[in-house]
Amino acid sequence: MSNDNTDSDDAVLDTVAVLGDPVRRKLYRVVAAGPGAVGRDAAAAAAGVSRSLAAFHLDRLVEAGLLTVTYQRLSGRSGPGAGRPAKLYQRAPGERELSLPPRSYDSVARLLADVVERAGLDRELQSAAREAGAALAAEPAGSCRADPEAELRERGYEPYWDQAVLRLHNCPFRSLAEEFPALICGMNLALIEGLLPGRADGEGWTATLDPLPVPDGCCVALAPKGEI
Amino acid sequence: MADFHLAQVNVGRILAPLDGPVLADFVAQLPEINALADGSPGFVWRLVDDDGADSTSVRPDDRDDMLLINLSVWESVQALKDFTYRSDHLKVLSRRREWFERLAEHHLALWWVPAGHRPTVAEAVQRVALLREHGEGPEAFTFRSPHPAPDATPTPAPATP
Repeated sequence: MSNDNTDSDDAVLDTVAVLGDPVRRKLYRVVAAGPGAVGRDAAAAAAGVSRSLAAFHLDRLVEAGLLTVTYQRLSGRSGPGAGRPAKLYQRAPGERELSLPPRSYDSVARLLADVVERAGLDRELQSAAREAGAALAAEPAGSCRADPEAELRERGYEPYWDQAVLRLHNCPFRSLAEEFPALICGMNLALIEGLLPGRADGEGWTATLDPLPVPDGCCVALAPKGEI
Repeated sequence: MADFHLAQVNVGRILAPLDGPVLADFVAQLPEINALADGSPGFVWRLVDDDGADSTSVRPDDRDDMLLINLSVWESVQALKDFTYRSDHLKVLSRRREWFERLAEHHLALWWVPAGHRPTVAEAVQRVALLREHGEGPEAFTFRSPHPAPDATPTPAPATP
């Protein structure tokens, strides 16, 4: 018997354990939230900690492989006297998954997607996704309803404003979407479209597939009424 | 300058006549999507019919009036992939089943051609047939298991100690 699964679980556990520290977790979330790289000062300010404490924890996150570092000169300055390039942080690529006890929903999802694709059931999937989005919007009963941006943040899409367009920094279905783009991106668009009308001020919003040329983020872009 | 370019063929059976209401949205978006392809990084060539705008009047199988073909050449697999999945082309792709039948067999084939070569419809149809008969290989493959271009420099083997 191989102990490969135990080894890879241990690696994920080690990584996740790095996020056990609340300050570190907050800094990770601050950096991961947007598409751009974040400097120490900005991260420290957003997390409400000192610059030196932020620097210490950010470097621990880099060591754990959760963040990567880029160096960039601050805008508008070059040549002698411009100073050293600033150290910036951004989320490292890759996914980490851990289930106790072991579960393998991703392999089931892949199989089901393959069958749906072969059977040509794109439209059936889209209408089911639209209904699922509407059902998400309907709950929880009685509580105050979030607006579309808050709702998408809650669902892990990591929304950010690109001028008048709301883009999504994270694709929650990333590896499946890479394998079945037409199927999964169409499903995701329908899910978000289904979710919008039930949100606070969501009525006039429109969603469309508008992928950026970079292989990151979600293909769906949204706009409040009249913006697209 | 690369010696080889990537050829792509896609065949699809439309659900209804091109000039009817079912295909209207598809037909309306063709000029925009074709212009997008023409201007995409790594685009080399695409098949057009006598009208010169697109290939919707070409029939790869003269016994089947509903079967359309789309044939193009790109500088690399990545260039074609970026256009297919990371541009507005994805919008029409996600609506494919509103306009095109599901095909149980392979309907897309990729293969490498010498730079400057313009594949013919017969050649393209033959590549799809090859894929259907023998599965993926260097002569006909899909995005799932792309084969490197024939001139791609192989990585040197590590020196034996």
